[in-house]
Amino acid sequence: MNVRSQVSMVFHLDKCIGCHTCSLACKNLWTDRPGTEYMWWNNVETKPGTGYPTLYEDQEQYHGGWVVEDGKLRLKLGSRPTELVNISFNPRLPTLDDYYEPWTYHYKELIEAGPGDDQPVAKPISMITGEEMEIEAGPNWDDDLSGSPIYAENDPNLRKVMNEEERRQFFELQQLVYFYLPRICNHCLNPSCVAACPSGAIYKRGEDGIVLVSQEKCQGWRMCVSGCPYKKVYFNWNTGKAEKCILCYPRLETGQAPACMHSCVGKIRYLGVLLYDADRIEETASKPDAELVDAQREIILDPFDPKIIRKALADGVDQKVVDAAQRSPVYKYVKAWRLALPLHPEWRTLPMLFYVPPLLPVTATLTAQGRHELDPNFFSSLESARMPVRYMASLFTAGDERMVITVYKKLLAGRIFKRAQTVGDIPMERASQALEEAQLTEREVEEIYHLTALAAFEEMFVIPPMLREVAIQMGVDPHEFQEERGAGFVQLPARGL
Amino acid sequence: MDGFLFIAFPYIALILAIGVGIYRRRRRPYTYSSLSSQILENRKLFWGSVPWHYGITLILLAHLFAALFPGLAGWVLGGRIRLLVLELTGIALAFYALFGLIVLIIRRLPSNSRVRHATSYMDGILLGFFLIQVATGLGIAIFERWGSLWYLRTAVPWFWSLVKLHPEIATVTSLPGIVKLHFVLGFAIILLFPFSRLVHLVMFPLQYLWRPYQVVVWNRRGRKVTAESTEVMR
Repeated sequence: MNVRSQVSMVFHLDKCIGCHTCSLACKNLWTDRPGTEYMWWNNVETKPGTGYPTLYEDQEQYHGGWVVEDGKLRLKLGSRPTELVNISFNPRLPTLDDYYEPWTYHYKELIEAGPGDDQPVAKPISMITGEEMEIEAGPNWDDDLSGSPIYAENDPNLRKVMNEEERRQFFELQQLVYFYLPRICNHCLNPSCVAACPSGAIYKRGEDGIVLVSQEKCQGWRMCVSGCPYKKVYFNWNTGKAEKCILCYPRLETGQAPACMHSCVGKIRYLGVLLYDADRIEETASKPDAELVDAQREIILDPFDPKIIRKALADGVDQKVVDAAQRSPVYKYVKAWRLALPLHPEWRTLPMLFYVPPLLPVTATLTAQGRHELDPNFFSSLESARMPVRYMASLFTAGDERMVITVYKKLLAGRIFKRAQTVGDIPMERASQALEEAQLTEREVEEIYHLTALAAFEEMFVIPPMLREVAIQMGVDPHEFQEERGAGFVQLPARGL
Repeated sequence: MDGFLFIAFPYIALILAIGVGIYRRRRRPYTYSSLSSQILENRKLFWGSVPWHYGITLILLAHLFAALFPGLAGWVLGGRIRLLVLELTGIALAFYALFGLIVLIIRRLPSNSRVRHATSYMDGILLGFFLIQVATGLGIAIFERWGSLWYLRTAVPWFWSLVKLHPEIATVTSLPGIVKLHFVLGFAIILLFPFSRLVHLVMFPLQYLWRPYQVVVWNRRGRKVTAESTEVMR
């Protein structure tokens, strides 16, 4: 066993209102430079939908992630020699048209237009060529199911779980249902972008597991873009370097939550530390599809177990980080309550961003009085949910519907219990019965309820001390640093020639 | 004039290529990149980049091989059939590379194209130099027959005399103008190397074939560390 710590995230999809505030906070902070206009390190997709870049989930097209061949993990992108052969032309690279051509408007025309019969119009201009352009698509063109025949109907997950007839029924107006899927880099335990990089420029930080691209080592070979199945590494066409979500590490290192999380209106985002066993990464990622989610939960270690704590300290995890791991909201959602699931575990990168699947739409029936009432057989309605469970399973459990139902039962039981408690129109015995069936205790429900609905900032974001001061002191003697170069210099300020 | 073109200029080009190349790599590593524009335009790039890279790499390797091992090259080219086959292969590769290069140039021409916007002056200069260089090379192969043989007796001794710091240019000064132009342009391209995106040539990531898949970097000392304090995850 080799204990390491990982800063991990949980997104509670039931609470996401799709407002894109996270995306804008990120854009304004990190990707407002030339070459990054089209990048959305954080984006929010409507599901069902084709996502951003479009159809990124179709790995038959992009060959992202890992596959198991003869019991061994291999990049779906191909062998190492194949990659080098394809280096002058990467056949699996999405182009700008798969994202969108970024644009702005000729606002000056609004002011400078001469007198006329019509209102002046600000024409759209490309942020790449500066020429006037026809806007054909944007990063969230499929928002709220707009353009369904192009986007939602072509969702690879939907195509996998529904035939044509079922899809036709699905898109009937009264039946329509959708939810939002906010995505950032998953900071995976078994990142395929790192493995695909020919230059070895992408790396995982040992202390906190944040995956970064060394801008100095990157040579622009673009294999990481194809290698990441989530398409969360982007190519900056201006600098010729790959860029990606940095989990706002400069903010984390100063004790602040990442910008996307800090600004989240629905309070759907949680951040905390997980301890995991680095020796079992490859073994875990090689499991059969059906065992992947459980195996990933298994590799996450119990931060309260004295044996684990001892080993963690011996492996160089700081006591303060262990303390943070014990208070981690992510540990609760992922491991203790088993409510949060990874996105597309079948890509085998062991993503460390987990999602609480949305319990939607409310599974209620219309009564004669015109009131929506909860199905008396509270769990039987899950099978007939408007958003089919097998769609969720295709997203979050590599197709295992039972696992999604287990999560749903817990979420539903929690709602029934709280309703019995606060509204009182459901008898408490029935609520207790629901809890029993979902294998939850009252105490657990109260805790889940608290963290989901009431938790304050400090409970949602348990940022471990990043201990940069310790790291720096171990590399450089601060006194030496002070006397040699003073503050503000990276390179030694030598006297000029 | 010949003295400048065939003695001073090659030395200037080589010294700058190595000196500036190393300086840039060490002090300005951020500026090293292949500067790919594939994300902006994909289709023409396929017909341009693949023929260009494969064609020119093989031709360059042939030049390099003959220069480094003239004896071996002479033996290989000794037979009539072998000479004919290799010359034809060379000409075919040159056409292949030229085709790719022309596609690459056309790709960057339209004033409203995305790639045009991501084109620097240096890209234009490079493409121009390459076009002339490949064209003269092809011209030599067709009109000054059996270049692969006389190359061994003219240019190769001159290269080696430059390496030995005892320049002998007699074998090259009497050659036709087109050949001399090809030589000088070759060194001009070497001169451009450290000042352009050509630096990506030396960054070809052969080490990828054996490096471990995962890279983990630690801040702390006292761990199992390799160069640059990277620990390899297994």
